[in-house]
Amino acid sequence: MSFEMPVEKWTAAANTVTIGATAAEGGTRTSVVTVGGDTSLPFLHFEGAMPNRPVIAMEVLDVAPAEWATPMEEAVGDVSGDAAAWARKCVEEFGADMISVRLVGAHPDEQDRSAEECAQTVKSVLEAVGVPLIIWGCGQAEKDNEVMPRCSEVTAGENCLLGTAKEDNYKTITAACMADGHKLLAEAPLDINIQKQVNILVSEMGLELSRIVMYQATGGLGYGMEYAYSIMERTRLAALSGDRMLSMPMLALVGSECWKAKEARTGEDTAPEWGPVSERGVAWEATTATCFLHAGTHILVMWHPRAVSIVRKTIDSLMSQEA
Amino acid sequence: MGLTGLDIFKQLPKTNCGDCGVPTCLAFAMKLAQKQASLDQCPHVSEEAKGALDGASAPPIKLITIGTGERKLEIGNETVLFRHEETFYHPTGIAVEVDAGLPEEELAARLEAVGGVSFERVGQTLRLDAVALRGEGDGFVKAAQVAGEKSAVPLILMNEDPEVMGKALEGCAEKKPLIYAATAENVEAMAALAKQHGCPLAIRGDDLSSLAELSEKAQGAGATDLVLDSGARAPAQVLANETAIRRAALRKRFRPLGFPTITFARGEDAQEKLQQAACYIAKYAGMLVLKEAEAWELLTLFTVRQNIYTDPQKPIQVEEGIYEIGSPNEDSPVLVTTNFSLTYFTVEGDVEASRVPAWAVVVDTEGTSVLTAWAAEKFTAEIIAEKVKAFDVGSKVKHRKLIIPGHVAVLSGKLEDELSLEWKVIVGPRESSGIPSFLRTAWPGEG
Repeated sequence: MSFEMPVEKWTAAANTVTIGATAAEGGTRTSVVTVGGDTSLPFLHFEGAMPNRPVIAMEVLDVAPAEWATPMEEAVGDVSGDAAAWARKCVEEFGADMISVRLVGAHPDEQDRSAEECAQTVKSVLEAVGVPLIIWGCGQAEKDNEVMPRCSEVTAGENCLLGTAKEDNYKTITAACMADGHKLLAEAPLDINIQKQVNILVSEMGLELSRIVMYQATGGLGYGMEYAYSIMERTRLAALSGDRMLSMPMLALVGSECWKAKEARTGEDTAPEWGPVSERGVAWEATTATCFLHAGTHILVMWHPRAVSIVRKTIDSLMSQEA
Repeated sequence: MGLTGLDIFKQLPKTNCGDCGVPTCLAFAMKLAQKQASLDQCPHVSEEAKGALDGASAPPIKLITIGTGERKLEIGNETVLFRHEETFYHPTGIAVEVDAGLPEEELAARLEAVGGVSFERVGQTLRLDAVALRGEGDGFVKAAQVAGEKSAVPLILMNEDPEVMGKALEGCAEKKPLIYAATAENVEAMAALAKQHGCPLAIRGDDLSSLAELSEKAQGAGATDLVLDSGARAPAQVLANETAIRRAALRKRFRPLGFPTITFARGEDAQEKLQQAACYIAKYAGMLVLKEAEAWELLTLFTVRQNIYTDPQKPIQVEEGIYEIGSPNEDSPVLVTTNFSLTYFTVEGDVEASRVPAWAVVVDTEGTSVLTAWAAEKFTAEIIAEKVKAFDVGSKVKHRKLIIPGHVAVLSGKLEDELSLEWKVIVGPRESSGIPSFLRTAWPGEG
């Protein structure tokens, strides 16, 4: 009996987006990252192509969390007070494909850092590493509208990925992106219709669809992972079926979500039945990332170097077509 | 995916004899299509038609039962490729291997340990589903007997020599173990054993074509309850095969592959093995066998399975009540929230992050979030007040201050009235992420 693989006939592909600009392209990056272009569901090589492998960005914060989980403290505690040193370690020691800088310190409830201070942080990271950058504000709309244009300006021509444009606050950042030659991260809260709406709004301002990456909110394993999983799976299906407004590559914030989980943080003295926290936290982050890979994520933003290395090997094995 | 009334009508005698209790064959066919009647009611239907109709009305992926009693395992009978289309119904059964060569006492201890693995999570008990016993010769036969007697969970018997399997089954067949595995070399003998003992049979091909062929051979030899192993072990190939099997069964109703699957996560590094296992849970495995697994691995995989198999239409809920976050005392703040698990766990996480211990009053809103519950009148001043009294919140704290989510600030006046002005209602942050700074800065002034 000969069995024929049941192949779905998709009509379209996910968009291809490149982040980062080398000297030849007007920037200073020593490497760039290209994601997307998929013509099949994730890793189904019998069905279509996955021309670009998913990438791992490692996240650095301008203000480190007040309390690291022990495994995170051990991994980056020595550098997490200095975003540039932290970023350098992520690239040089841990092999990050990209660095994601999040300016949590700008938040009025945190340190209320000024736009200028934030821009200096971003600049220091840019100079410390050669990989492309993702830059996020603090999440507070008014403050981000001050901070992000300045960060965009100081990285003009570097083709960074700037976040985030939201349904009720997209104009300032979109304008900055367009002016300074960046890519845009469009955010929606686990809602495909809102995601589509944000994409339409920013494209109506004149930003090409090919310059957008989507962030649809992330839940860590055990804390809403399945919502993000299904939203991304549905989005990928929509892209393959030709929905131009949902064809952009997708990003997931894995590290920050997972290291909030008590399963990742609680020491074995408190929860001996769960086994060593040194393995548990890493497993929590890596496994969340793996689930999202199967849902169609293109850019994983991660924290722990061991989780990064495990997920990198997982991507290697899923990209391999050997039986 | 079922047959239409007209498809069924074509197979009926078309005599309109009425013996089935319905006046015409067409009307009877319509009832069959709606599953309001059973084909047995027609005394005149031909054997041929019966076969065709039974076959067509069977689910595209057969439900397979492994084991007996309270902890029997049911896998298969899935209806969709993506969980958002409906839901996944029968969670991947997770098994760990036990070496049949262990001395009897150690074997018994291992079996007990496997049966005893249990974690509580979001009100669900997460456990291992089966023991996979692997070994050779007489030792295997003996171990199967011990496992049949002692194991609390169903068994998978892993041995490919039909003679050894036959002897092993004599000692434990009434526990309905899964026989692993029939291959091209032994399929007739293994299928005969499965038939003789009424046990489910796993079949292992070299690829999907040989697997389909084996399936027909095994069914031809009387083994009707099958579990499929495509033979692939490289993760990308397993993923491809799992997807192809699910699609062939659902989209093409390809009968030879209309059964649940069994997968094996292998590898030197436990963390890397875990990633394979997570993939197989997400992508259609009916069973997942691990060589060995530490607590942290199982906790992770059980949680993956719980997430993937959560019905998208029915959010997981926490039980209502008053919860301690950290070790709150009589001066600690009291926060009111809903019982949607995601809402509660987000609040719990943010309170923990604040390092300010607190009480959480969790109101049953049928698993909806704050704004949805408020809009649906499941999170009203009356309901919250009733719960504050019912949970006797006043006995936990000296102060009389309730913190409500910022999104329902509008409730504060009414809630104070409902509580006979004994409590002061404080409006907290709109988003849970604002809790740490609220508890550190705003609460001390209030407390």
